[in-house]
Amino acid sequence: MIEGLSAVYILMLAAFVGYEVISRVPVILHTPLMSGSNFIHGIVLVGAMIALGQAETGMQQFIGFIAVLLGAGNAVGGYVVTERMLEMFKASDRNKGTGAANGINDKEAR
Amino acid sequence: MNWLVETGYFAAAVVFILGLKRMSHPTTARSGIHWAGIAMVVATLLTFLHPQIDGRYGLMLLAIVIGGGIAWYSGKKVAMTDMPQMIAIYNGMGGGAAAAIAAVELMRMSDNPALIEEHGSLALWLGVLGAMIGAIAFSGSIVAWAKLDGRIKKAMHFPSQQLINMIVLALTVYLGVVIAAVEPSSSLVLVFFGLALLFGVLLALPIGGADMPVIISLFNALTGLAVAMEGFVLGNAAMIIAGTVVGAAGTLLTQLMAKAMNRPIRNVLFKQFGGASSGEQS
Repeated sequence: MIEGLSAVYILMLAAFVGYEVISRVPVILHTPLMSGSNFIHGIVLVGAMIALGQAETGMQQFIGFIAVLLGAGNAVGGYVVTERMLEMFKASDRNKGTGAANGINDKEAR
Repeated sequence: MNWLVETGYFAAAVVFILGLKRMSHPTTARSGIHWAGIAMVVATLLTFLHPQIDGRYGLMLLAIVIGGGIAWYSGKKVAMTDMPQMIAIYNGMGGGAAAAIAAVELMRMSDNPALIEEHGSLALWLGVLGAMIGAIAFSGSIVAWAKLDGRIKKAMHFPSQQLINMIVLALTVYLGVVIAAVEPSSSLVLVFFGLALLFGVLLALPIGGADMPVIISLFNALTGLAVAMEGFVLGNAAMIIAGTVVGAAGTLLTQLMAKAMNRPIRNVLFKQFGGASSGEQS
């Protein structure tokens, strides 16, 4: 368990990390990166499992069940969609060289 | 077994950050999502050994199979051009999950006030905040999905929209403060969630189709924050770190996307609220 203030320090440092880590991202990667970060907060699944594991009444179990269901959807769906996007990225990268950038840009413009 | 779980969460948090870093460069992007995927599987499997969990493993597996199965199927099947709304719906699911975690924890605290002492009041405040943000991201993302999917055709405007939005938001915040400061009673919590969901819908309704990717990115950042807040309540460092990193990266990404469209984020969010410019977007 993490106590009081040290958790706030973690929060602060993680916020700077998040900001720095993607600070020089090219425009072609905006949508895939949004999808990728969407997958990463799928870690909520872990919290949902813990909440369901701690649930006591029937109502709490029901809501906990919904939480795990939604969390699993977030994680799995986020992964599949990001994978497919980046796969397209690689395929066009191979076939057309610099054409990759155009391909992604087209998609983003839509 | 506790050290194993904690070590696994720590490793997962590190790999998530590295994965996100790799995803922001074109040549390494694919390996980034693969790394993060492996870390997610490891973290999920280790959670089955988590010492705070006492039973209900069958329910967990069932929910993961149903939720994951539906998401896997829909994610594989969807056309490439429909990707943005799928991101919106999966993001909404994450926000909903964060809100549901908060609901379970608030109900437990309401049944057993000793738990509040144990968690500390900071966790209660952050839990309520995370519940609000998660619920807003949940309903807002669903509206965003419905619009991009063509289920809601137009940007919707009605008289004194901005005023009504502000009133709903103020009421939600007020109830949140009451819950955190006075007592987390079940009926209050229910009304609180209802209002937060309503605000998410109101926030997303007036946004035009072209601005949608920016708004989805914003909801993505909000969900990340909500996940981090619930990480506080559960004392889970992996959730705090992954959620906050996504919250910050998502905020920056939202700004970058708005800039790439040559439209300040404040315009996207508030320009149509007053109804003054409602003609041009619909």
